Amino acid sequence: MKPKELTITSWGQSQSAEMTAFRPERLSAVINAIREQSEDTRIIACGAGRNYGDLGMRQKGCAILSSRMDRFLSFDERCGVVAVEPGITFAELYAFTSNRGFLPPVVPGTGLVTLGGGVASDIHGKNHDSQGCLGEHIEWLDLILASGEPVRATRTEHPELFSATIGGCGLTGVISAIGLKLQKLRANAVRAREWRVKDLDQFLDLMQEHRKSSAYTVGWVDALQGGRMLGRGIFQAAVPVFVDGYRTRRTPFNIPFTCPDITLNPYSVRAFNAIYYRRVPINGRERTLGYEAFHHPLDKVLNWNRLYGEKGFFQFQCVLPDESARTGIRQMLERISNARAASFLGVLKTFGKEGLGDLSFPRSGVTLSLDIPARDEGCELVKCLDAMTLDHGGRVYLAKDATLTPERFALMYPKLDKFRETLSRYDPTGVFDSDLAQRLKIRTG
Amino acid sequence: MTTGKAIKTWVILGASSSIGRAFARAAATAGANVLLAGRDNEDLERIAGDISTQFSVSANCVSFDALDVRTHEILRDSLAFSDGPIGVFLLFGFMPDQIEIDVDHKLGRQTIDVNYTGAVSILSHLAPVLEKNPGSRVVVLTSVSGDRGRLKNYVYGSAKAGLNVYLQGLRARLWRTGSHVATVKAGFIDTDMTFGVPGLFLVATPTACAEACLSLAYKGREVAYFPWFWRYIMLIIRTIPECIFKKMSI
Repeated sequence: MKPKELTITSWGQSQSAEMTAFRPERLSAVINAIREQSEDTRIIACGAGRNYGDLGMRQKGCAILSSRMDRFLSFDERCGVVAVEPGITFAELYAFTSNRGFLPPVVPGTGLVTLGGGVASDIHGKNHDSQGCLGEHIEWLDLILASGEPVRATRTEHPELFSATIGGCGLTGVISAIGLKLQKLRANAVRAREWRVKDLDQFLDLMQEHRKSSAYTVGWVDALQGGRMLGRGIFQAAVPVFVDGYRTRRTPFNIPFTCPDITLNPYSVRAFNAIYYRRVPINGRERTLGYEAFHHPLDKVLNWNRLYGEKGFFQFQCVLPDESARTGIRQMLERISNARAASFLGVLKTFGKEGLGDLSFPRSGVTLSLDIPARDEGCELVKCLDAMTLDHGGRVYLAKDATLTPERFALMYPKLDKFRETLSRYDPTGVFDSDLAQRLKIRTG
Repeated sequence: MTTGKAIKTWVILGASSSIGRAFARAAATAGANVLLAGRDNEDLERIAGDISTQFSVSANCVSFDALDVRTHEILRDSLAFSDGPIGVFLLFGFMPDQIEIDVDHKLGRQTIDVNYTGAVSILSHLAPVLEKNPGSRVVVLTSVSGDRGRLKNYVYGSAKAGLNVYLQGLRARLWRTGSHVATVKAGFIDTDMTFGVPGLFLVATPTACAEACLSLAYKGREVAYFPWFWRYIMLIIRTIPECIFKKMSI
């Protein structure tokens, strides 16, 4: 199998790496690609390239692209377990399950992410309060280890490898198959209630009220607003429904080229936010939305990351514990609003229980995520938010991170030592490695 | 299209490649069963899993190696009792770098053995079965390289050229019993074989290629290019006089 020299760029377009890429089409080719590397070559598996930061890349390393590992392997309708290869995307999984009276248990904000990537970041969805992370629903994982040896990890077989791989940023090996338990539910749409939220307190109250009772909850926050209007936005609570004959097939809009840096400035974003906010009537509304339109609003615009210009952007996502969320989120939004950073996709949401992976991001509390242009003071602002997160006992999401320091990382992730121990057992020479792992000293400490 | 629908089973020779997989999905979408033939049995099982999981058709695997004539006999025997039209999609191929072939005579021979001898052998084995089952369809994925011998690819090209001529004869033979042979000359397709090869342009996806092969077979086309514009690229390349062509390094 021939390799190809590629520049792998983060979804935020602020990081990139020169890599030698393999694109195996079968399991034996994955094993060969791993075995044939020289001792000092570092390997990382790459899915759809949707990480905002440097998680899925390694300078001068070897990339194993999963795009051609895209098969459904089996489906047991009685127990609802589907086995897939890692390159299957959530959109493909939904298309498969929805015809059979099932739903993916957890889906991320874009359907274009691969299942392999979903496991590596232990992704969460709008139903985190009730369903937890993707990892909760994984029955088993097939991995190719650093030695080239295939192994199956479950909650009882190699349990330490199982919990290290879920949310493990691809550092334990290359995933070759995933056994996922689906949700037995026939739905192709959601019934959503939407509120226009005037400030942060109302936002947090609404989220508390609905986190237990609604299947899906999510809020959009206008991060440019300060003072009395700090934290204004839109809150959505929804339940899945089946509407006979409901179809949403809109051709997505494409951003064909990288826009000039000026495109997203405080004025244009303020105007966008003002219009977006007023979309929902003052007294709220209730409507039926397509399942995919609700879960993957960003997929309506392909390559939307190009809006942020040449330098790209950072995405910041943190979770703060319930106790400190109210003050913490307020301080962060104040800081962001003072910086006048042109962020038009702020999201606020509650989380349920902690993920089962050693490096799983979610924990009970409130999560805030925002895009911040990687120009001017953008980087400083994100670092400042990282520090504020730690001060309030929260943590930052590695799938989105590009700025965290090793010290802060170690304090945020208490199961790091257990993770390191597992890595040293299964990959003692550190074959699997990424720029993120280097920057955060995930292996070395 | 009506005769195409009648095909109950598509035999895919070289199934464990991205085009073979995509073809299996396309054939299964059209309601046909698939018989996956290839060398990597473990991988064939995974493809069979993919097909039977996603579609309500049957998917079976059979071990097949272009260089091993015994597997050709086994495959022929397993189809001997077929009743009704059969589809055969042949897409296996072997394309080493010409520079490597120039220094390694054995590699050149292997290129010919897989691309020409192997293909002729299996098709000749299957021909009597196809003759017995009128309405059968054969699609062979060859290459535009067979249209002219080029400095960068002439051993592979010559094997494909030989195969193209063989298919002309096979077409005439099977036409007499009501079966059809389609030759699809592929341009650049984004597969395992071309990944990392420099200088490719207008590369098509394996899925588009597989779907085109299936629909060309159903339409009853004799010779076609995929993507279509290669007909014109090759028209230009074929018309360059030899005295100039030999000086070009394409």
